[in-house]
Amino acid sequence: MTGRLRMRVVVRETGFYLGVLVVIAIALFPFYWILRTSLESDGQVAAGVGGKNGLLPSHLTLSSYVNDFTQQHFLTPLVNSIVVALATTFVTIIVATLAGYALARLNIRGAGAILGFVLLAGFFPVLAMIGPLFLLLKDLGMLNSIYPLIVIYLVYTLPISTWLLRNFFAQIPRELEEAALVDGATRLQALVKVVAPVAVPGVFTAAILSFILAWNDFAFAVSFLETPSHFTAPLSIVTFGQSQFQVFYNRIDAAVVIISVPIAALVLILQRRIVSGLTAGSFR
Amino acid sequence: MATVSLEGVSKTYPNGVRAVSGLDLEIADGEFMVLVGPSGCGKTTALRMVAGLEEISEGTIRVGDRVVNELSPRERDVAMVFQNYALYPHMTVAENIGFALRLAKMPKGEVRSKVEEAAAILGLTEHLDRKPSQLSGGQRQRVAMGRAIVREPAVFLMDEPLSNLDAKLRVQMRTEIARIQRRVNVATIYVTHDQTEAMTMGDRVAVLSAGTLQQCDVPQSLYDRPANLFVAAFIGSPAMNLYEGILSDGADSVRLGEQCLSLPPGLTSLEAWRGSPVVVGVRPENLHDAAGQGEPAPGRALEGDVELVEALGSERLVHFRLEASRLHGVGVAGGAGSERDAADLGRGELGAAAASVGVARVEPTSSIRGGERARFAVDVERLHLFDPSSGQAIGRH
Repeated sequence: MTGRLRMRVVVRETGFYLGVLVVIAIALFPFYWILRTSLESDGQVAAGVGGKNGLLPSHLTLSSYVNDFTQQHFLTPLVNSIVVALATTFVTIIVATLAGYALARLNIRGAGAILGFVLLAGFFPVLAMIGPLFLLLKDLGMLNSIYPLIVIYLVYTLPISTWLLRNFFAQIPRELEEAALVDGATRLQALVKVVAPVAVPGVFTAAILSFILAWNDFAFAVSFLETPSHFTAPLSIVTFGQSQFQVFYNRIDAAVVIISVPIAALVLILQRRIVSGLTAGSFR
Repeated sequence: MATVSLEGVSKTYPNGVRAVSGLDLEIADGEFMVLVGPSGCGKTTALRMVAGLEEISEGTIRVGDRVVNELSPRERDVAMVFQNYALYPHMTVAENIGFALRLAKMPKGEVRSKVEEAAAILGLTEHLDRKPSQLSGGQRQRVAMGRAIVREPAVFLMDEPLSNLDAKLRVQMRTEIARIQRRVNVATIYVTHDQTEAMTMGDRVAVLSAGTLQQCDVPQSLYDRPANLFVAAFIGSPAMNLYEGILSDGADSVRLGEQCLSLPPGLTSLEAWRGSPVVVGVRPENLHDAAGQGEPAPGRALEGDVELVEALGSERLVHFRLEASRLHGVGVAGGAGSERDAADLGRGELGAAAASVGVARVEPTSSIRGGERARFAVDVERLHLFDPSSGQAIGRH
């Protein structure tokens, strides 16, 4: 009896993990294929898939990575993207933290309406904003520059970050601040010494999200930027194959790896900080 | 070290809810004052007004000689223990306890010695480097206490500090908090909904209901001489039995249904209720098994149908039913069970519970059985009488 029971458990668990493996394989295969292609030479890609170019690359080379920087001048767009994404994240965190705290804690008339409006703005289709923004930037003489993007990307980042931080602050019990006030802190001291440290995971989460949103933008960049030296990384990648007689998928994929790895690494490293709430143990 | 006084203190929220109205309380230096009442009676609001976390709508609060109405919490020199402890999660136990001292710019060495001293009192010495998340519930509670006592404040405020502990730990911490309070000898306001905590810990107990002070006295007086129906029903477990009766024309006896209890001589100012309904209160321990005690004198006994007997070892709780009318008055919710949740009281559903049900606390040797009719000897000297319309106690000695 126990033998049969154990047998059934073993079968069920094996089935479960086999299913998990299949899902993981399906999810990760495109990434594997990008990595594989990025490690091939231009010639190998030209030869197409099949024969020697099977599932496993026959000959590994870093030539496409080198070409990205030497021939495709990928460094400039990469730096552009880093500048824009970091600046957007910085502005987002400051504004969203203050707004989120205010919406969570202060008695603001119509706070619910404000929150609803913020959410609505987040749902507004990006494509519908491109036309008006284009005319605006043209009149201001700010087309073909990365700096207006810092402000424009707030369209992506602010609604979600404000919501996220507002909910995060709302979860921090009021008693924590009140305890600090009774302990002799001013409101500002309570915020800086007690609330802010506790809110760190929320701020991290918002920062990572903002960075990714700004980093991945294509729609705004392709609409407002003209010369390659002003391109952001995602926009630049699209042009890699265009001027050639063939499409160099290996170079494109190498660039994709270059822009994906930092983000993946960032999320993996910070994952624990994001997930584990810092308030653990503060209350019963 | 200071007294605390509340004069006509009221709190009305912007939405019109009046949480506290006209509260007058005087807490002497070193006194342990307990605010007790059911959920939503305004006791926590009153405490938060003293702390400065809640604005005062009307009235005056003084700490020592200073009116503190307009002062921020930090200027009031009060320390507070929160119901949920509210420990700073990113700080160690030592940092938590020393936070107030560091804010006050006390030199580091002095902070350390004060923190260590407080930790020693609370038995936290070996946990000083831990984070709150690594502590048990009881230890967290101690850290919250430590944060309060290390400051040597003028006033201690405690908001149901034991309500999140399990029953055993609660009893242990109850005595410990009382001990620490005696030791530091600071005026303390302690909020609880647990009448046992109130009775055992307080020098004096203030009973609140619906934002109004019902009675403030030493615990034994609250028990012996409740000022009104609310206090009578709230203090004591099992609760006082309350029946509607009719006072005799001579004001020397009271009729409960077909039965009659004589009143002791010397009760004053009962004239207004001659021949009228009154509420009669009898504590369960003032009802005895009449069997084996000799026949009680006329007017000193009640008969009832026994529904259930709970044997607790040291005593038996006899649940019985009288043919007295139900109580349709104000201010009472009678408890039929031996264990009442205080929060069940004070919801204004007076007389909603069948007041004809009663509980007697009898000797464990009693042979009263469920389903039988039993006769109880009544300590008529210990009867309580109340005005059914106002709920106020009447006919005191």
